[in-house]
Amino acid sequence: MTLVDTARPTAKRFDRRSLLPWITTPLLVALLIWLWQAYVRGSHISAFILPSPEAVWSAWLDLLASPRAWEHAATTVYETVIGFAWGLVIGVGLGVLIGRIAWLEKTLNPFIVAIQVVPKVAFVPLFVVWFGFGVTSKVIVSAVLAFFPILTNTVLGVKSVDIGHRDVMTSLNASRFAVFRRLELPSSLPYIITGMEVGIVLALIGAIVGEYLGGNSGLGYLLIARMNAFETDGLFAVMLQMTILGFIFYFGIGLLRRLLIPWHSSAGLEREP
Amino acid sequence: MAVACLKSTDISVARFSEHQTLPPAAREASTATAIALAGVEKWYETNDGPVHALAPVDIAVRSGEMMVLLGPSGCGKTTLLRMIGGLIRPSSGAIEIAGRPLWQNGARQGEAVADLGMVFQDANLFPWLTIEDNITLPLALRKAPRPARRAKARDLMQLVGIAGFEKRWPRELSGGMRQRAAIARALSYDPDILLLDEPFGALDAMTRDAMNLELQRIWGETGKTILLVTHSINEAVFLADRVVLLSPRPGRIDTVIDVGFARPRSLEVQATPEFQQIVVALRRRLTEIA
Repeated sequence: MTLVDTARPTAKRFDRRSLLPWITTPLLVALLIWLWQAYVRGSHISAFILPSPEAVWSAWLDLLASPRAWEHAATTVYETVIGFAWGLVIGVGLGVLIGRIAWLEKTLNPFIVAIQVVPKVAFVPLFVVWFGFGVTSKVIVSAVLAFFPILTNTVLGVKSVDIGHRDVMTSLNASRFAVFRRLELPSSLPYIITGMEVGIVLALIGAIVGEYLGGNSGLGYLLIARMNAFETDGLFAVMLQMTILGFIFYFGIGLLRRLLIPWHSSAGLEREP
Repeated sequence: MAVACLKSTDISVARFSEHQTLPPAAREASTATAIALAGVEKWYETNDGPVHALAPVDIAVRSGEMMVLLGPSGCGKTTLLRMIGGLIRPSSGAIEIAGRPLWQNGARQGEAVADLGMVFQDANLFPWLTIEDNITLPLALRKAPRPARRAKARDLMQLVGIAGFEKRWPRELSGGMRQRAAIARALSYDPDILLLDEPFGALDAMTRDAMNLELQRIWGETGKTILLVTHSINEAVFLADRVVLLSPRPGRIDTVIDVGFARPRSLEVQATPEFQQIVVALRRRLTEIA
């Protein structure tokens, strides 16, 4: 008897639609810069209000050439990464517990919802009062902001573990720890990474907002300093720097997704009849 | 060819009294009895009050036998199999696996469970593990070294007919191949008994025929005891040494039939009048009880 079954090919197909953004995005960005340039020329608007794209570009090059500016960036990166790491560890740890223990979820859920609703940046001045103008208060703001999306996604991930998969582990008499390590953790990983993608951007926002309020270091501080000095082109340059940082963090998590869950592609997980 | 004629009174299973333990006669024969159920019963608590899923059931599955549980939906056949697999606790009664109690002091006994390999309607392969790692998951749980797991996976994939797919993801395999992998996983730690819960129910008819032949071959090559649940009369009669027909509301054993066709059976056996005679009789009985 020959095999009736055949493997399904999973070759990646690139159609025109998937290539389109690679052409349209640069074109749209170029168009926006051109409109900006034309407006600045045509309206004779003050450079304090809206500098020209060239002025921003040269201010950004100055920023890249300045060692002091790199120190500011390093501070922000440090606060973001450490804050995110704390948010990740506590978020995943608590998320796994809440996802597994029903009474814990019932007990904590009202508080989680309440804190979710509160705009967390409102706590930033309080953290400055409690933890000072140094790096610590910014790390804590980052951690708090990154924590919540990671927590909620982890809870969702742990609760979404397939019943059939649980049956397999039960029929193999697997220990609680084995169920966690071999089933719940890998099964939740796509959810956790989605939480991390949101969390890393929020951690950066937390660090910058913290820097706005106090201290003498970081891109947030630099931005406020440029504003107070009426160096609007420099202000734009710092904003650009922050944006680039945000992209790097976001794509870093995207890379992690590819490394950690290669099995979980958009094509995956659907079942044949 | 010895085909038992079918009468609804023809119940060849010993009827044990509803004791918590097995009667001495069954105990003596325990070397040849792979699975013994005495007065196994299941009630479910629901919002509308308790539901009697399964009336007390006594079954003795002989070692090396292929037994098929057949019945309409709602007859408790899956509940029965899941109780034997240790996934659900019986409300009362005793289950023994190779002479060892499955439950003791409210705890599932690991030694008894180690004799059981379960295959479900869905293959339930873990999407984050390659086929090879899925098949040897039970060995990884037993902390077997990696080279030993590799070797075992190779042998098993040969046995179930999916050699060469070691490094593939489950989603890259067809439904039939995934089910083969699930059977290989259940065989990986060499349990004496395979429990299959409608394993081919989600497959198309042609793949299903092929898988039935494959299962018969694997059973012949490994000498396992097999207990299979299905709602397909043809599948039941084709595979079984004995077909146990369950009736619903509450689930209970209605009829047990010996099927004596010579092994290995080819698909052509289904065309014989003897085969059709059993199928027709079972179908008639099914419409009576459903």
